[in-house]
Amino acid sequence: MIKKLLKCVREYKIYAILTPLLVAGEAAMDVLIPYIMSKLIDNGIEKGDMAYTWKIGILLAFVCIVALAFGMFSGITAAKASTGFASNLRHDMYYRIQNYSFSNIDKFSPASIVTRLTTDVNNVQNAFQMITRVAVRAPLMLIFAVSMAFSINAKLSLVFVAVIPILGGGLFLIIKKAHPIFEKVFKLYDKLNNVVAENLHGIRVVKSFVREERENKKFNDVSSDIYKNFSKAEKILAFNSPLMQFSMYFCIILISWFAAHFIVQSGNNPDNGMTTGLLMTLISYASQILMSLMMLSFVFVMITISRASAGRIVEVLDEESDIVSPENAVNEVKDGSIVFENVDFSYAKDKNKLCLEGVNLYIKAGETVGIIGGTGSSKTTLVHLIPRLYDATNGSVRVGGRDVREYDIKSLRDEVAVVLQKNVLFSGTIKENLRWGKEDATDEEIKHACVLACADEFVETFPDKYDTHIEQGGANVSGGQKQRLCIARALLKKPKILILDDSTSAVDTATDAKIRKAFREEIPNTTKIIIAQRISSVQEADKIIVLDDGKVNDVGNHKELLERNSIYREVYTSQQKGAME
Amino acid sequence: MSNVNKKAAPDMKKRPKIDFKIIGRILSYIKGKYRVYFLIAMAGTLISAFASVYGIMFLEELIDGHIAPLVETVLGGGEADFSGLLLALVKIAGIYVVGIVGNFTCSYIMVLISQGVLKKIRDDMFFHMQTLPIKYFDTNAFGDIMSRYTNDTDTLEQMIAQSIPQIINTFLTVTIVLIAMIKTSWQLTLFMFFTIGCMLLITKYIGGKSGKYFMAQQKSFGKLDGYIEEMINGQKVVKVFNHEEVSKKEFDELNTELRENAKNANKFANILMPIMGNLGYLQYVLLACVGGALAISGAGSLTIGGIVSFLELSRSFTRPITQVSQQINSVAMALAGAGRIFNMIDEPSEVDDGYVTLVNAKYTHEGKLVETKERTGMWAWKHPHAADGTVTYTQLRGDVRLTDVDFGYVEGKPVLHDVSVFAEPGQKVAFVGATGAGKTTITNLINRFYDIADGKIRYDGININKIKKADLRRSLGIVLQETNLFTGTVRENIRYGKLDATDEEVEAAAVLANAHDFIKRLPKGYDTMLTGGGANLSQGQRQLIAIARAAVADPPVMILDEATSSIDTRTEAIVSAGMDSLMFGRTVFVIAHRLSTVQNSDVIMVLERGRIIERGNHDELIAKKGKYYQLYTGAFELE
Repeated sequence: MIKKLLKCVREYKIYAILTPLLVAGEAAMDVLIPYIMSKLIDNGIEKGDMAYTWKIGILLAFVCIVALAFGMFSGITAAKASTGFASNLRHDMYYRIQNYSFSNIDKFSPASIVTRLTTDVNNVQNAFQMITRVAVRAPLMLIFAVSMAFSINAKLSLVFVAVIPILGGGLFLIIKKAHPIFEKVFKLYDKLNNVVAENLHGIRVVKSFVREERENKKFNDVSSDIYKNFSKAEKILAFNSPLMQFSMYFCIILISWFAAHFIVQSGNNPDNGMTTGLLMTLISYASQILMSLMMLSFVFVMITISRASAGRIVEVLDEESDIVSPENAVNEVKDGSIVFENVDFSYAKDKNKLCLEGVNLYIKAGETVGIIGGTGSSKTTLVHLIPRLYDATNGSVRVGGRDVREYDIKSLRDEVAVVLQKNVLFSGTIKENLRWGKEDATDEEIKHACVLACADEFVETFPDKYDTHIEQGGANVSGGQKQRLCIARALLKKPKILILDDSTSAVDTATDAKIRKAFREEIPNTTKIIIAQRISSVQEADKIIVLDDGKVNDVGNHKELLERNSIYREVYTSQQKGAME
Repeated sequence: MSNVNKKAAPDMKKRPKIDFKIIGRILSYIKGKYRVYFLIAMAGTLISAFASVYGIMFLEELIDGHIAPLVETVLGGGEADFSGLLLALVKIAGIYVVGIVGNFTCSYIMVLISQGVLKKIRDDMFFHMQTLPIKYFDTNAFGDIMSRYTNDTDTLEQMIAQSIPQIINTFLTVTIVLIAMIKTSWQLTLFMFFTIGCMLLITKYIGGKSGKYFMAQQKSFGKLDGYIEEMINGQKVVKVFNHEEVSKKEFDELNTELRENAKNANKFANILMPIMGNLGYLQYVLLACVGGALAISGAGSLTIGGIVSFLELSRSFTRPITQVSQQINSVAMALAGAGRIFNMIDEPSEVDDGYVTLVNAKYTHEGKLVETKERTGMWAWKHPHAADGTVTYTQLRGDVRLTDVDFGYVEGKPVLHDVSVFAEPGQKVAFVGATGAGKTTITNLINRFYDIADGKIRYDGININKIKKADLRRSLGIVLQETNLFTGTVRENIRYGKLDATDEEVEAAAVLANAHDFIKRLPKGYDTMLTGGGANLSQGQRQLIAIARAAVADPPVMILDEATSSIDTRTEAIVSAGMDSLMFGRTVFVIAHRLSTVQNSDVIMVLERGRIIERGNHDELIAKKGKYYQLYTGAFELE
């Protein structure tokens, strides 16, 4: 998992390597400073040697500036490395998602993908920065400071040998106790958010049934739970700072006591060993050592938290698109003929859960084909196999005489335009939206497509006409208008096959008829497949497919089906009832 | 989330500001027993700070008072006596222990306070939200409200639990340290103020830069987030249009912008610490030299121990200031979030001056309607008259009359004009018309989600403004297109309509709604858990449960707002059977765009741009060959 993520560092590798090196330099300087300081005290101030004091003072200032430079540059490289890494992660994920097939997309909910691309990447970015800086600094400081302390006075430094396990063990215990509770709290947060979200979505229900009190109680139950658990975890964490103080004070007292003896022995002479200056240095080291341990425990927690995020990111990166163009792919679709031969399909790729079963269809180029059937009869599934949005589980789907799996996917989809049932427009102008069909479409082409789709008539009534801004999801146009724009967008592709999946349901019958007439007259060579609820939308089609529960129940024209097919007749009469009266 | 970012984008150019009013508001949550706790915590902090300062001062005593004399004694050929030092160490150990106890008390109690305050704020926010009028929910984006519970509360949490205790601690420690420093050497203290001033200037500069980029980073993040959300939701369209390459390119642009801003924000945040830390060291060096000069020259009566402890004090002075200064940006962010939370808490609640209430009632032997305690199944409006102190009772029947109603959501933009509708008990009234014609608005007015601008609405002859809102709504059942089931079992969801419904009542309602059969077939029957709004059920099944939920409440008036719109014709047959039995014997308002649902209504109102343009039953309207006829024959677009 880690390896997979680290591959995304790429061009920022140099910064990712420089950072720990610079950090190491900074840590070394930081450890050096207290030592030089002892010289300043012992040989300078103690002896009243002002010249020496200044000399060492300048040396110290120099070391500080070097440390500062190391620190600053490591900060900069760390920022470059971590943000670059995060940006690469987002890039790789997004690119990967663009290659997903429909079944890959179905696997993740849009909300979860968004979270992975945003929150999860942020967590990993922070952890990465943390690792290159603090996770390097803390252990190095620990090692440097301990070895410096030992070189100054090995006997005194045994104090650290005693304290480090106490503090380390204490911190470990605290994390071990508190961490599972925090995990629990995170889950409770989800629960709380769920209560709020349901309440917000269903506020009309809550208010209509006058259930505010009950909702309050529900919320209070969870928020009390959070309070209890969070307090419990935080109370454990409250031991952190006293434990730290205890260790520090423990060191100071022991060092003071033993150092006093050593200093007395040496006569506070630097040449004989222990001095007051070195005593101060050791106390500084004590603080550095203990702080490093603290930081280490912090890093440890950070990494544990971000591990889950890293896992979710890798899931996206690891998801293999199950639909890819073959080698030596065919780039040209000869014509708009379609053949289904013994096609079975299951979303779960499970023979016992077939959505389509034994489908055989022969559609000639330029034909208009209607598909009728209730919800759950797999109308949409059937047409999704044509531009290879999904692969048939068994059997073969052929377009222009070749199995769809032989084509280059892009070429195939350029020739097969689908107006999806759940269609969306994107924020941007009408023109920009329509150009999805053809990137370099001229204004005339756009207008022509809109005329065919009966969209021109209302677009022209907008003040900004084709430059009218569409809000996200097409919120500022009506359902019928949206559908017509989506059809125009598909028409701009000038496809060999055009599939309309219930795409005129919100369009009135007169306009619907006008659109169909335009199709007939203007794009006679394009194969048109129309899924519809309304019989009137399909009754003039060359053939109509009646789907029932994933099987082709019948194929024929309107007249034939009316005569012989009971399902078709039932739908027809139910829709004609009003008009007959 | 993206919504928030988008909205907040314009004022994100400048660096964040600290709003002291909001701090005061947060602190005002510390009351009652928390105030006592707070004082104890303060005392603990104070003790702890004293102990640590004392510990540093002890270095002076250690060196000047113990080690130096001992060294001299030994150098003078005497015998070293460590008993004095031992005593001093025992004494300091005692002080340390007190300090640690103080520290622990403070940390522990701050947990109680911060978590208590957070819970209170959270509860306040939610409880208050329940009292807000529907208008608030209609005019604020879902993500916007939601982010107050997530992002804003999260940052606030960080601040209350960590930053505030730290800031208080810093303030106290720094004060005590300052006193100790002045006591040790006022000359050095003065000198130190000069260096601290320089450090603060640098912090301000870098902090400002970092804050600016931080805001820019948030803004780019919002942009990218919005883009991803839109594209991922339309990913299937992207696929069928081969739009992947364009989408990648656009993404890359936003991604690069975010990277640049994030890089700068992180850069400045990262360099602040080493700069401050090393300036701290530099200051230390300067102090040592200046102090050394002072000590050697004999001015200011500084001793070696004095310098050493002053140096340590200076570290204790700058370290906490550095740490706090690092947090200014995040504190400002948290305060902005808290501001949004308090804005919501300050939103005015829905007003309810209704005084007519709904009570259980029965007829006495003399045929008089009286109030009773037990549930009779009969309800009455209890109408107290302030003028003469009498109380009258009117039986709840479900007679709803709108007379000349005008209404607009926004002033100056009327949505309904002169709407008059009379629904007698048991009648079924349907509204049809295009999106935006005002169908749903009418039902919003009947249950007083919104109040009318002009005209009258009477319920059983009583002006609905006089009826207590909760009781009015209790008397109206509602089934919407969005079913809005809640996480819980099927049984709990049905019982939502009547909290004290017995299992039998729940099942009876399910039978009535035609839902019993499929519920029985669920893995755990009525105890099947529903999550994600009933995602494990089909749309039709969800709607049947929603109908059962309304049925168990058994209200005399029902509002069905597009209840069957998203169900296909086949499922509709099952649902409408449930619907029909639900409607039986009740006054019903139906809104539907599928006309088959409304055909058998007693009266159908055709709405256009807020006016009723046609009314009559199905046959009458068909015969009229007007708008309804056009709609019916499909010659006119509904959506």
